[in-house]
Amino acid sequence: MDTFLGIDYATWWYLVIGAVFTGYAILDGFDLGAGSLHLFFKKEESRRIALNAIGPVWDGNEVWLVIGGGTLFSGFPKVYASIFSAFYIPFMLFLTMLIFRAISIEFRSKEPMKWWRKTWDISYCVSSTLLGFSLGIILGNVLLGIPIDAQGNFTGSTLYFLNPYAIMVGITTVALFMMHGAIFLVMKTENRLYAKLTILVKHSTIFFVISILLLSFYTLLYVPHLSERIRHNSWMFIIPIMMVLSVANITRLIAKRKYLVAFMCSSLTVALLLIIVAIELYPNLVISTLDPAYTLTVQNASSSAKSLEIQLMFVAVGVPLAAAYTGFMFWTFRGKVKLDEMSY
Amino acid sequence: MDVEILSRIQFAFTISFHYIYPPLSIGLGLCMVAMEGLFLRTGNKMYEDMTRFFTKIFALIFGLGVATGIVMEFEFGTNWATYSKYVGDVFGSALAAEGIFAFALEAGFLGVLVFGWDRVKPATHFFATIMVFLGSMFSAIWIVVANSWQQTPRGYRVVGDGLEARAEITDFWAMVFNPSSIERVSHVWVGSFLAGSFLVLSISAYYIRKNKHLQFSTAAFRIALVIATVSALSQLFIGHKSAEVVAEHQPAKLAAFEGHFDSLAVADMYLVGWIDKKEEKTIGLSIPKGLTFLTHQDFTTPIKGLKGFPVADRPGALNIVFQSYHIMITIGMVLIGLTLYACFLWYKGLLFQKKWLMTVFQFSVLLPQLANQAGWFAAETGRQPWVVYGLLRTSNALSKSVTANQVLFSLILFTLVYLLLFILFIYLLNKKILHGPYKADVVHRPQQESMADQF
Ligand code: HDD
Ligand code: HEM
Ligand code: HEM
Repeated sequence: MDTFLGIDYATWWYLVIGAVFTGYAILDGFDLGAGSLHLFFKKEESRRIALNAIGPVWDGNEVWLVIGGGTLFSGFPKVYASIFSAFYIPFMLFLTMLIFRAISIEFRSKEPMKWWRKTWDISYCVSSTLLGFSLGIILGNVLLGIPIDAQGNFTGSTLYFLNPYAIMVGITTVALFMMHGAIFLVMKTENRLYAKLTILVKHSTIFFVISILLLSFYTLLYVPHLSERIRHNSWMFIIPIMMVLSVANITRLIAKRKYLVAFMCSSLTVALLLIIVAIELYPNLVISTLDPAYTLTVQNASSSAKSLEIQLMFVAVGVPLAAAYTGFMFWTFRGKVKLDEMSY
Repeated sequence: MDVEILSRIQFAFTISFHYIYPPLSIGLGLCMVAMEGLFLRTGNKMYEDMTRFFTKIFALIFGLGVATGIVMEFEFGTNWATYSKYVGDVFGSALAAEGIFAFALEAGFLGVLVFGWDRVKPATHFFATIMVFLGSMFSAIWIVVANSWQQTPRGYRVVGDGLEARAEITDFWAMVFNPSSIERVSHVWVGSFLAGSFLVLSISAYYIRKNKHLQFSTAAFRIALVIATVSALSQLFIGHKSAEVVAEHQPAKLAAFEGHFDSLAVADMYLVGWIDKKEEKTIGLSIPKGLTFLTHQDFTTPIKGLKGFPVADRPGALNIVFQSYHIMITIGMVLIGLTLYACFLWYKGLLFQKKWLMTVFQFSVLLPQLANQAGWFAAETGRQPWVVYGLLRTSNALSKSVTANQVLFSLILFTLVYLLLFILFIYLLNKKILHGPYKADVVHRPQQESMADQF
């Protein structure tokens, strides 16, 4: 296979997809997290401010999921086909949740009735939480491996995906997003809501630390293949160590009111977690629990070199542009939220 | 019912539902660019109010487009796994390009368009409006290119065989500019302009009938009428070009469009008709030799009919293909007539005098929608039994690990959710229209706000 800078195209594409999903987790992570926290805000005005904090950006954040889906489809069609058909039912529920979340944000402000707003508030909070949870479930299953046959077709039962490990990854993801979302909202709010959020940041950080610790122990004890590479290359321990440091830093920075830096730390935490995942998985993409020979890897599941070359060019041109729009958007809506006539 | 038919119904249902919204966004986007452009040129505040009003409607439509589009993105993998493996190498890149180039652009500027009025300079805001519009145009390009490749595949080679067979790309530009791309992208664009401009026409006609916001609504009506007339006329020519491509590259589909059975004969063109599948003939009102004339510009060249193809290679749902094709064409003609007549009255200075015409325009918003749906039904059911024309059959394109019960479950789920979405959409759209473009109309606002504040 052709290479660029000594790395083959398929591995480059693995890195691209990794980067896109990491970008997605950082960006959509905070607005999903904000959604999970939504019902903690009791006053109508607080809820509106929280919604308008993510209002102009959440759709742009979600586009990174669409790009992730597209890049997976084009670079590793077999993986795309295999995973999405394997988890048919959970995926359909996931899609329904995405729909409910989008319309809750859109519809909530359109009627003044109490019941109307309350219904959409609940739907928004529940769907945001379940989305984070199911992203974690899917990740957990990919990490463990699934029963796929020689053609990449799933052979397990419908409820296969609900195993304890995946559930733990799911809970950890929700906790991570809550922490991340709380910090984002702190940056965007003032006065009483702000005071409330600083407490929520603390609580959600504790929630995250507990769940990540449990998950790490579980992984080390029962899923040894997920720590092999780091154990064999001791310099890589720097990654989990950096993660611990950045989490520890968050509470400190919040106390010192350095919210932007705290937000960067929690973004870094998200990124480092996914980097660990990427390192441990490579070169496997979907591990077959039936026979290692059926495992889909970066090499045997990728598109042709020609196709990957074209796509890498697209990415080289398109992703910086996309990042620029995203940047422009965040810059336009920087600062604390102010409600106006166009607000939700 | 088996997995195949259920998956086909589900795909048709979810994409048709998605396709209610993008054409409106694309067409409304164009109208908003025109309105805001006029505002910047004339400085007339009315055009700003107009853009703001339609931006609110745009945001609602766009939100539904996004919510339903994400389903489509993943449905290839969930329901059509074998197909995804087959085509991924070739047009997966088109789908990725759609995300990277089109959706990122749209979503990146949407926030500024909707929420940025008081945060950025008018010129920057106008720029954002244009970018959102361009983004939506780009998304149409990439997705229709991917679909056109399925209709007329080029620039690939097939590797592997049996279950492992898949297409690999050999020439990217040949894939992008396959024989039907340009015609179909333009046809879809113009169809979208019609959908959007008729929405503006309909809302304005409603206000005119009710004698409300007259200055605003007559101005909006004129802007949209210009766009609609130009689009309706060009659609006839682009559609004709599309038909020529079908005649050359998908003869079985053309035969189904016109219900032409004789294996090799001069073909008529039907105005209305019904296909009798058992007897293998079509009954109805036709222009003799019309199809032959339109494709070959003479009255003698024979055209291959359905009997010239093995039964296994003919589209199955012949009447759906035939009827939806004819619904589209009929609506196309009606739209041309309607817009030209309105332009004539405008020229005479009588445009807003005729109440009945305003009533017609108020309901005419449904016509382009129907034509858009019918066009896709004709194009897609006419492509059957192939998922990739001549290469991969629909029955071989399914996900092997998905069962009929699972698809039935998801189909019921989507039906219920989309029903709810649609009811809410219509309700809220209606409310926005009744509310009108001006803030002054909201007398109760502060009171409502404080009521809502109490929980
Ligand atoms: C890039 C791909 C792509 C694009 C842009 C579209 N479609 Fe499609 N369509 C397919 C790819 C596809 C498919 C996956 O290839 C299907 C599924 C089953 C089949 O035979 O083709 C299909 C089937 C399919 C069917 C069912 C046909 C049948 O089973 O007889 C309908 C009615 C539509 N589509 C309608 C649409 C509409 C309204 C579209 C516009 C928005 C559209 N399609 C765009
Ligand atoms: C099967 C085919 C299709 C897929 C997979 C698909 C996918 C998507 C996705 C994922 C989104 C949401 C993007 C976001 O998050 O911002 C979306 C929205 C959109 N799609 Fe589609 N789509 C399909 C068909 C079409 C067609 C045929 C058109 C154009 C004519 C189109 C035009 C748009 C536009 C303009 C939007 C933005 C939302 C809106 O304007 O309503 N799509 N689509
Ligand atoms: C006025 C005469 C028209 C003619 C001769 C015409 C012709 C055609 C043909 C031949 C196709 C099939 C293309 C294929 O299968 O590859 C098609 C598809 C389609 N038509 Fe039309 N059309 C007309 C009017 C309209 C109007 C008014 C609209 C919408 C407002 C419309 C919307 C569509 C759409 C959305 C498709 C599916 C996309 C595609 O395949 O291009 N058409 N049309």
